[in-house]
Amino acid sequence: MGMSTREAFGRALVELGAKYPDLVVLQADGTRSTQTIHFAERYPERFINVGIAEQNLMAAAAGIASTGKRALVSTYGVFASMRACEQVRTFIAYPYLNVTIASSHAGVTPGNDGPTHQATEDIGIFRTIPGMTVVMPADEVATKPLLDQALALPGPVYIRLTRDAVPTLYGEDQKFFIGKAIERRPGEDLTIIAVGDMLYWAERAADELEGMGFTVRVLDMHTIKPIDREAVLAAAEETGAIVTVEDHNVINGLGSAVSDVVCDAYPVPVKRVGLPDTFAESGPYELLLEKYGMHVKHIVTAAKAALELKARLHRHVRRG
Amino acid sequence: MCSPERIKYLQHMSRRIRAEVLKMIHAAKSGHPGGSLSVADIITVLYFHEMRLDPNNPDWPERDRFILSKGHACPAWYACLAELGYFPKEELRTLRQINSILQGHPDKKKTPGVDMTTGSLGQGLSLAFGMAMASRIFGPDYRVYVILGDGEVQEGQVWEAAMACAKYRLDNLVAIVDRNSMQVDGRTEDVMPIEPLVEKWRAFGWAVRELDGHNIEEIVDALSWARTVKERPTVLVAHTIKGKGVSFMENVREWHAKAPNDEQLAAALRELGEC
Repeated sequence: MGMSTREAFGRALVELGAKYPDLVVLQADGTRSTQTIHFAERYPERFINVGIAEQNLMAAAAGIASTGKRALVSTYGVFASMRACEQVRTFIAYPYLNVTIASSHAGVTPGNDGPTHQATEDIGIFRTIPGMTVVMPADEVATKPLLDQALALPGPVYIRLTRDAVPTLYGEDQKFFIGKAIERRPGEDLTIIAVGDMLYWAERAADELEGMGFTVRVLDMHTIKPIDREAVLAAAEETGAIVTVEDHNVINGLGSAVSDVVCDAYPVPVKRVGLPDTFAESGPYELLLEKYGMHVKHIVTAAKAALELKARLHRHVRRG
Repeated sequence: MCSPERIKYLQHMSRRIRAEVLKMIHAAKSGHPGGSLSVADIITVLYFHEMRLDPNNPDWPERDRFILSKGHACPAWYACLAELGYFPKEELRTLRQINSILQGHPDKKKTPGVDMTTGSLGQGLSLAFGMAMASRIFGPDYRVYVILGDGEVQEGQVWEAAMACAKYRLDNLVAIVDRNSMQVDGRTEDVMPIEPLVEKWRAFGWAVRELDGHNIEEIVDALSWARTVKERPTVLVAHTIKGKGVSFMENVREWHAKAPNDEQLAAALRELGEC
């Protein structure tokens, strides 16, 4: 087991504070929850705590960025995406300012806290806003380079982090580029495209499918917007069936983003695994995945359904 | 302090700004004359007297910053910017039209001299807080001025920002509330009472002064007093009249967002002595 990506974020932020001397970090209370406390201790003069006031948080960051400086705001995903959504849209994205919105408590990773603290609509909300980049690192190794690039981008970035620890999947030498998917393993029968904490479970599902004789390509789509169109289309053309896996409502998240590309340019079956348009509940993370259809067996079932659809389409094409 | 000639010049300038506001909204066939006229004197004093600016270098890092939190009053702001040469005056006739640099509400990316995008109410004080903090943290020293509508303080976020400005003792920030006592649906005190307004700001830790927002001398004095306040943000509660300067628009709710027709424009310009 590795660490949570919020913890990796907190550590990386201190290092990046030296690289970006014009960076101001703003927090709406909860410096320990979202792990900005390390930055606050190292750079108190560049740290602003606005208290429990997310709307002021976002617009204040916009004010700082409007002067040409870099701002990073930190809060929970539910509050970043909904309590302060219009502030992000109109005052950060519309003027296209250099603000990185780092949100903790993604998806059902804050398990026991329940739906009030589980961000399960945030990807959909932010990917609908023009000019936003939407990123979710899968593990601690991915977190620092993606955060670094987020801070370097001139426009707004939403970076989504987990509350709970996630397994470490990457070696230290792995390179990451915003907008470029990572092929975790090659395969020809099917592609599983996963994001964030779900990459681990997607790979376990791929293991099972390989045990059944299939070869499965796995992509880490750490950038949901702008999505790696080339990687999605290659998956569609070369494997002919796709399963998407995300810790988010199945509506408007990764599955929708992949479907947008596939429907537009190379239609193949896309099965989406995610929270089935419902609110979850309090409970341990893994039991929530089980109950809400996002665990390994559900990914395997979705994969089989995608393979079946692909076969039917091929029969149909042959008859035609 | 300010010489009588200077006051006279500023009064003359504010009449010109008012006339431009009416011509712009008339040409655009839409816009917000009431609130633009109520802030015209305040913006005129800021731009032609108070603020440190260089119209030839709109991005000068040491310039004072201005935020029009009640973004719908932007015709008055645009008129000042054009008068100072931030962009050609001919642009004023393109307000709200397609491909214009002058959007219906201020747009940082399109209009030279506009430091920050506004239009959605309740945001400007937070933006000003961020700008003032940036100056505090990184320099250079500049002052930040923000005009809020009075109805706008019904937004809860204004008070989130008010607390933050007081916490960080931002004496480089001046808020001005355009207290015209009206909002879209009628009188503020009927729609959602905001009084006692002065006491509210005081309770939030601000230095407060009331003034007549149409008396140039009082505006000049209040802004100069604000420079003497230390360790606290300042708010000026400026008592104004919605539609000020045009008799048939003053305190008439309908002129919140309505363009004058040809006859109304001519009558208004005659009253302003600018026909």
